[in-house]
Amino acid sequence: METLAGIDYPTLWFLVVGGLFSGYAILDGFDFGAGAWHLFFKKEKSRRLALNAIGPVWDGNEVWLVIGGGALFAGFPVMYATLLSGMYVPFMLFLVFIIFRAVSIEFRGKEEMAWWKKMWDISYAVSSIVLPFLLGVVLGNVLLGLPIGENFEYVGGGFFTFLNPFALMVGISTLALMMSHGAIYLLLKTEGRMYAKLTFLLKKGMIFFMVSFGITSLYTLIYIPHLSDSFRNQPVLFVVPLLVFLSIANVPRLSSKKKYGQAFLFSSLTIGLLLVLVAIELYPNLLVSTLDPQYTLTVYNAAASDKSLGIMLTFAAIGTPLVIGYTAFVYLTFRGKVKIDETSY
Amino acid sequence: MDLEILSRIQFAFTVAFHYIYPPLSIGLGLIMVIMESLYLKTGNKEYELLARFWTRIFALTFGIGVATGIVMEFEFGTNWATYSRYVGDVFGSALAAEGIFAFALESGFLGVLLFGWNRVKPWVHWVATLGVFLGSMFSAVWIVIANSWQQTPAGYHVVGEGLQARAEITDFWEMVFNPSSMDRLVHTWQGAFLAGAFLVLSVHAYYLRKGRFVDISKKAFRIALVVATIFSLSQLVSGHSSANGVAVNQPAKLAAFEGHFEAEAPGDMYLLGWVDKESQQVWGIKVPGGLSFLLDYRFDTPVTGLNAFPEEDRPSQVNAVFQFYHIMVAIGMFLIALTLFACYKWFRGELFESKGLLWVFSFSVILPQIANQVGWFAAEMGRQPWVVYGLLRTSDALSKSVTENQVLFSLILFFLVYTLLLILFLYLLNKKIKHGPYEEEEDDDRPFQREIAESLSTPKH
Repeated sequence: METLAGIDYPTLWFLVVGGLFSGYAILDGFDFGAGAWHLFFKKEKSRRLALNAIGPVWDGNEVWLVIGGGALFAGFPVMYATLLSGMYVPFMLFLVFIIFRAVSIEFRGKEEMAWWKKMWDISYAVSSIVLPFLLGVVLGNVLLGLPIGENFEYVGGGFFTFLNPFALMVGISTLALMMSHGAIYLLLKTEGRMYAKLTFLLKKGMIFFMVSFGITSLYTLIYIPHLSDSFRNQPVLFVVPLLVFLSIANVPRLSSKKKYGQAFLFSSLTIGLLLVLVAIELYPNLLVSTLDPQYTLTVYNAAASDKSLGIMLTFAAIGTPLVIGYTAFVYLTFRGKVKIDETSY
Repeated sequence: MDLEILSRIQFAFTVAFHYIYPPLSIGLGLIMVIMESLYLKTGNKEYELLARFWTRIFALTFGIGVATGIVMEFEFGTNWATYSRYVGDVFGSALAAEGIFAFALESGFLGVLLFGWNRVKPWVHWVATLGVFLGSMFSAVWIVIANSWQQTPAGYHVVGEGLQARAEITDFWEMVFNPSSMDRLVHTWQGAFLAGAFLVLSVHAYYLRKGRFVDISKKAFRIALVVATIFSLSQLVSGHSSANGVAVNQPAKLAAFEGHFEAEAPGDMYLLGWVDKESQQVWGIKVPGGLSFLLDYRFDTPVTGLNAFPEEDRPSQVNAVFQFYHIMVAIGMFLIALTLFACYKWFRGELFESKGLLWVFSFSVILPQIANQVGWFAAEMGRQPWVVYGLLRTSDALSKSVTENQVLFSLILFFLVYTLLLILFLYLLNKKIKHGPYEEEEDDDRPFQREIAESLSTPKH
C-alpha cells in the first residue's frame, strides 16, 4: 500500500474528506444558522439585511457540499453508495429542502407583495432549520451504525427507521450549534437595533446548544459506550474532548466581551473539533454494520484504488490553495457590515 | 411500476430539468464576458448596462442550476448504488476534479459577479465574470468526460466478479481522452453557447419589435448573432465528427439513430421518418445510402445494423432514439439557415427592418433548448441497455436496498417541486424581460446618459 509521510492513502483521503466536511459545516453552518433565526426578525429591513449578510457567500459555501460529496464518492465509493442508498429518505428530503432554500433566497426580493415575501421568508427559515437537523440526523445514524448485510447493502427499513432517539438528539444539537454560529456571523455583519437584538438571540442560542449538547453527550456515554472505545484505548486522545470543552466555553466568554470576531473563530473551531471527535470515534471504520462486523465499512474496504487516490491527492494539493484564494477574495471584497444597494437581494 | 423504470424516470426527469439551466449559464457567461470586454475596450457605458442586465438574468438561471445539480450528484449514490460502486474509482476522479477546479472557481467569483458591481474596479469585475464563465466551462469538461467514459470506457481494468466487480483506473489521461470525450465536449459547449446566444437574440428581438431600448438592443443583438452564427456552423462539424466516432465505438447506437436494422448493408439517411420495430421498417423521406456516404464518402459502404447485435444488447426504444436524433439534427440545420440569413440581411444593412425576422428570432429561443435535451436523450437512450457501455447493464446498476415506494415518493416530490420551480422561473424571467435593462419612464435621464454621450463625442486616443 502506498504511503505519504508514513500515512497510507486511504487514511490521507479520510482526512481530506473530513477536512472538506468540516469546511462545509463551518461555512454553510453559519448561513444555515443565520437562516434559522430569520423569522425572529420582524421588520422587512432586518430580514433584508440578514439575507444580504449571507448574499454573496452562501452559494460558494454550498459548493463545499458538492466537493465533499464528490470527494466521498471518489475516495470511498462503497461508503457513498451504501450510505446514500441506505439513508434514501433523509437525503431526498435534504435535496428538496436545499432547493427550496436556494429558491427562497433568490425569489424573495423579486416581488413587492407582502404575502410573497412572507411565503419565502417562511420557506427560507424552515429549510434553514430542517437542513442542519437532517445533516445531524444522518451523522447520528453513522455514529450508531446501520444494518448492513452482504455486498455492503443496507438491509434496514425504508421510511422512518432513520428517526431514532439518538439521531434526533444529534440533529437537534447540530441545529443548535449552527444557530449560535449563525447568530455570531450576523452580529459581525449588522449594526444598531438588529445588532442589539442579536446579542439577546445569541444568548438563547448558546443555552439551547449547551443543553442539547450536554444531553446528547451523556446519552452517548451511557447508552453507546463503544463510541468512546478509541479514547479508552489511547488516553492521550482525551486531549480532543478537553479542547472541545475549552473551545465551547470560550464562545460565551468572548461574546460577553463583544469580541465577536474571535468568538466566530472559536465557534468555527468548535465545529471543526467536534468533527475531529467524530473522526476519532469512527476511524478506521466509516460505517459500522450492526449485523456482522465483517460487513463493516472501513477506510480500507470502502476505498478506491491507490492509483485513483493518488490522482485525487494530487488534485487536492493543486486545488486547495486555489480554493482558499477564491474564498479569501470574495470574503475580503464583502468584508465589514452589510450595505444594501441596487444589486442586493 | 418496477424499480428500474421508476429510477430511470426519476433520473431522466431530474437531469432533463437540471439541463435547462447550465447551458444557459455557460452561454450567457460567454455573452457577458464579450459585453464587459467591449465595455473595458471602448469605455461605452451601454455595454456595461447590457452586462448588468444579463447578469440579473444569469443569476436566476445559475441559482436554479446549482440547486438542481446537487440533486444529480446525490442520486448516483441514492438510486444507483451498484453503479456508484462500479464506476467510483474511475468516475470519482473526474467528479473530484469538477468540484475542485470548476465549482470552486465558479462560486468563488459568483458573489463578486452578482454583487460586486459597485465594490470593485471594472477590470476586477471582468476577471470575476471570466472566472465564473471559465468555471462553468470546466464543469462541463469533467461531467462530459465522466459521461463519455460511460459511452466509451478507456484507461481502466475490471477487478472482482459478479456484484463485487468494479472498474479501476489504470491511466488517468487515457480515461480523460477516451474515444468520445473531446467530440462530445465540444458539441456540448457549442450547444450551450447557442442556448445563451438565442436567449439574448430572442429578448432583444422582442425589444426591437416593440421599439424599446432600441440602441442597446441593436448592439446586443449583433453580438449574439455573431456568436450564434459561428457556433451553429461549427456545431455541424463537431456533430459530424461525433457521429463518426459513434459509428466506430457504439455501432448499435448509430444504427438506432437512423433505424438501420440489416446487419451489413449500405445505410440510408432519413430527413424524417417513423420506425416500425416489429417489421424492421422505416417509413419516411430518405437519401438512399446517405449514412454510408457520411461515414465513408461512398453510397454503398456497408454499415453495421441493429441485427448484428443480440436482442438483449441493443437499444429497445429504436423509434424514440431515431426521433430525438432527427429533431436535434433538424433544429441544427434550421439554426444555420436562420443565422446565415440574418447575417446576409446585416450585410445588406437591413437586419432590423423586417419585423418578421425579429419575430422568428423571438420564438427561436426554445429551439437550442429542445436540441440540447433531445440530443442527450438520443445519446443516453442509444447507449441502452448499458449504463457503462458493454460493461454494466442499467438493470444491474440499481440500489438493491431501495424500494419502489421510496422512489415513487421521491419522484412525486421532485415532480411537484420542479413544476413549481419552472413556473416561478418562467414568471420571473418574463418579469425581468418585460422590465428591461433600465427604467424607461426616465428615458431622458436613463443610467449613464451623460457618460454615454461623452464617450460618443470624445474620440478615444
